[in-house]
Amino acid sequence: MGEIESFFVWLNEAHGINLSIFYDAFDRSRLLRGALTTISLSCICLVLSIAIGIAGAWLQGSRVRLVRNVVQVYIQFFRNTPPLVQLFFFYFALGSILPMVQDTHGADVPLISNFGWAVISFSFFAGAFNVEIFRAGIEAVPRTTVEAAEALGYSRLKAYIWIILPLAFRVCLPALNNNLVNLVKTTTLAYAIGVPELFYAAAQIWSEVLNVQEMMNVLLVAFVAIVGAVVWLVARVERLLRIPGYHA
Amino acid sequence: MVALKDVRKSFGPLEVLKGVSLSVMKGEVACIIGPSGSGKSTLIRCINALTPIDSGSIKVEGQEVNTPDLDKLTLRRKVGIIFQQYNLFPHKTALQNIMMAPIQVLKQDRQEVESRARNLLKRVGLEGKESGYPGELSGGQQQRVAIARSLAMNPDVMLFDEVTAALDPETVKEVLVTIKELARDGMTCIIVTHEMAFARELADQVYFTDKGVIVEHGRPDAFFSNPQDPRSRQFLNRIL
Ligand SMILES: Nc1ncnc2c1ncn2[C@@H]1O[C@H](COP(=O)(O)OP(=O)(O)OP(=O)(O)O)[C@@H](O)[C@H]1O
Ligand SMILES: [Mg+2]
Repeated sequence: MGEIESFFVWLNEAHGINLSIFYDAFDRSRLLRGALTTISLSCICLVLSIAIGIAGAWLQGSRVRLVRNVVQVYIQFFRNTPPLVQLFFFYFALGSILPMVQDTHGADVPLISNFGWAVISFSFFAGAFNVEIFRAGIEAVPRTTVEAAEALGYSRLKAYIWIILPLAFRVCLPALNNNLVNLVKTTTLAYAIGVPELFYAAAQIWSEVLNVQEMMNVLLVAFVAIVGAVVWLVARVERLLRIPGYHA
Repeated sequence: MVALKDVRKSFGPLEVLKGVSLSVMKGEVACIIGPSGSGKSTLIRCINALTPIDSGSIKVEGQEVNTPDLDKLTLRRKVGIIFQQYNLFPHKTALQNIMMAPIQVLKQDRQEVESRARNLLKRVGLEGKESGYPGELSGGQQQRVAIARSLAMNPDVMLFDEVTAALDPETVKEVLVTIKELARDGMTCIIVTHEMAFARELADQVYFTDKGVIVEHGRPDAFFSNPQDPRSRQFLNRIL
């Protein structure tokens, strides 16, 4: 047993502070796997929600009214309902009508896993906010800049990709930052459909080891670290994208 | 080269162009002058279809602009426009601003475009400013980059809409010099301007607009020394 392990065994025996994750290999691997699940869930949802935001903001500028209306309904639905309810809606309502498929061992498994539903649900949830965030950024791009692109022969899509989006993105980074932090925190809801993410793993450990207080602290520290990483990343991107002599 | 016939345009109840006709030959420089609000910008923006017109005909090298199946890309390749506010892309350097459209729109070879862009920057007197961002350039420099950006598309006609109006007096000159050189090299230019001396020196034809109509047009010496219409006379008296 290494020094660290024996210290935490002592801490438990002498002071009753039971951080089993530091001396029990099984607990530790459960928690690490939970952390990994949270991180991958967050990363996938982050990327997908930004993609949804970019695509949605583009569709909002569509000439076809029906398309604009569909985007609007989507935003209203996901903004005005609780994310937990959305998650249950996807998992129980949609999940139950999808067909089962056979996995490699020939067993019947759902077409979309719990993790898959969490990804879909949270991406759409955060994506709805991202559409609005990107739209605000796009509105901040001067009409005259867009016109200059038009005059150079840019189509609407090309101007969006090469000129409008890069400028809008810079404007909306602070708002995007908030929403992404929110997204990371929202992933804990995946607990409710049994996705073994960080919160789920912690809950498993404390119900067996009976160290709720300790695990709560571990959980908080872990989220501070993960959210901190997101904030740091966005700040880095912001620095990278800074334009000399330009104040958006 | 460019021919407008009875062009009409209204913004809601406001009729801004009330039947404008003009024609500019290849290699000619036409200057459009007139009081504020007389429809000069609208007129010039119609030519490359930034503003759609209500009726009439606009032909650029025989291509009709006022038609639902207008090929905008072809038109905009042929017609460059320079705005009062430069409108450079702020997130790209001077060189990139010039290179973007030829690469992204015309799909031309990057290396070929780059060497052409460098030459254009030299031509507008901005050698050494390749990696400067628009926010780091003066107004006059930005405007010259905008001219180079437009030239990179190899246009046949250039439209200038009060391109020196936002500049301070010292930098006005450098931009005007650039335009003069262009015109002398045989570029067809349609120029909206308040710089009367410039118009007088450079123009082959001067058009005077007032309240959406062309009141008078003619050779610059005739127009400036002996305007026929009372409205042009009054305008020239006021500003000269
Ligand atoms: N997009 C628009 N919507 C509504 N009205 C417009 C629009 N663009 C121009 N106008 C109006 O049309 C009239 C002519 O405008 P225009 O910009 O063509 O004038 P101008 O001769 O260029 O004036 P200036 O010398 O001040 O630039 C003005 O009364 C203006 O308010
Ligand atoms: Mg104007």
